[in-house]
Amino acid sequence: MIEPIVTFQDVHKSFGNSKVLKGIDLDIRPAEKVAIIGPSGSGKTTIIRMLMTLEEPTSGDIIVNGTNLWKMEKKGRLVRAHEKHLRAVRGDIGMVFQHFNLFPHMTILENCMTAPLHVKKEPKAEVKQRSLEMLDRVGLADKVDQYPSQLSGGQKQRVAMARALVMRPKIMLFDEVTSALDPELVGEVLQVIRDIAKNDDMAMILVTHEMDFALDIADKVLFLDEGVIAEQGSASEVIEHSSNERLQEFLHRFRA
Amino acid sequence: MNNWSWDVFVDAFPKIIDGLAITLALTIVCYVFALVFGFFWLFIKMIPLNSLRWLVTWMMEFIRSTPPLVQLFFIYFAWPMVPVVGFALDEFTSAVLGLGIHFSTYIAEVYRSGIEVVGKGQWEAAKALNFSKRRKWTKIILPQAIPPTIPMLGNYLIIMFKEVPLASTIGVAGILHIANSYGAQNWTYLEPLTIVAILFLILSYPSAIIINRLEKKMNRRFDKKETLTRSKGATA
Repeated sequence: MIEPIVTFQDVHKSFGNSKVLKGIDLDIRPAEKVAIIGPSGSGKTTIIRMLMTLEEPTSGDIIVNGTNLWKMEKKGRLVRAHEKHLRAVRGDIGMVFQHFNLFPHMTILENCMTAPLHVKKEPKAEVKQRSLEMLDRVGLADKVDQYPSQLSGGQKQRVAMARALVMRPKIMLFDEVTSALDPELVGEVLQVIRDIAKNDDMAMILVTHEMDFALDIADKVLFLDEGVIAEQGSASEVIEHSSNERLQEFLHRFRA
Repeated sequence: MNNWSWDVFVDAFPKIIDGLAITLALTIVCYVFALVFGFFWLFIKMIPLNSLRWLVTWMMEFIRSTPPLVQLFFIYFAWPMVPVVGFALDEFTSAVLGLGIHFSTYIAEVYRSGIEVVGKGQWEAAKALNFSKRRKWTKIILPQAIPPTIPMLGNYLIIMFKEVPLASTIGVAGILHIANSYGAQNWTYLEPLTIVAILFLILSYPSAIIINRLEKKMNRRFDKKETLTRSKGATA
């Protein structure tokens, strides 16, 4: 039995009075590809945002690589983690956002190089070479000196993926990465994710509305509904053979 | 009747020019002080402690609502008489503190407006890439926050240059102070004060043009539109 790289134990999250997540239990093994589907507002994005430390859980534990993410031991008691602890754990996690969030004051190459250079303090020549290789891999070798504002949405999202990959994360999070794109640009971004999923051995968690894509690349699909995991299993189990009514309704609306 | 005299003009000109170095030095030192102290207000206000934030907001409001001349007089004349903590400061230092602190409260607002232009997504990307607090500010936030504020910061430089003559009231020997003394000694104010006005004009006007150029150059560095629309999206 391989130790899971990410574990959620009874994780709850509320924003003010609204309970978004009501007890999430989840294991993700290294190199596992997990797709999270579900109606909007079901808390899909919140799950990965908590893992990226962008939101703090209201209760429960998130374990990353054997370390409790949001809590740390102090004088024998578990206390709320401070920034130093979060930074140490966060280093294994990378994220791609719905709205790209590229740095507009840096060129494409600088966007990729800045974190390895200034966060990991790696040697510049090596970082540059790795960044160029990664940009080549996402098909943007000819754009390295341009600024984000000069690119299309699909190209921006591919840069965002290269930028995250250069950090060599063990866990990659994709937050509805095609939702902000024009339909004709979705394909090129999915193609890159497919390539990463096939060739890289990191764990991937994708929040997505692309059902066929999820079916295609995910080892495990989670159906999130009203703050709980209502159904989980292999892609074909969940998407094709589940008897969960809410899920059927959801899929039906999607394919209609 | 005291008519315009070129003899007086020629006599007064070199004497007044002598004060220019002081006027310029005071402007620059006050400005740098205000730029640095502006950050101080900004970062103090970010400390998540309500009482402190309230105190600082109130202090800034107080400083902005009282005339700089009153602050200058207080620092120079009244501060040395404050029991226990008070001590005398020379004219130049008093002027730097008085004008510098006054303008720093405005500069802090300029910084704040610049930082608000940086969208929420930029902060999240910095976190996702695991930037330290310091690097996040120096590499991601400030390089985006400062360029849009360059024109406003430049305007404050020109405004400050024009406010610096206030220091003549406590005896800093800038051009206005010298022109005034010259007028008192020779019973002619027309020529020396005209010289002062001309000097201010020929220094302010090109500065405005330089700032304008700088603004265009900064905007070229990256597409400003993108940052602005993104920040609107984030606040919506």
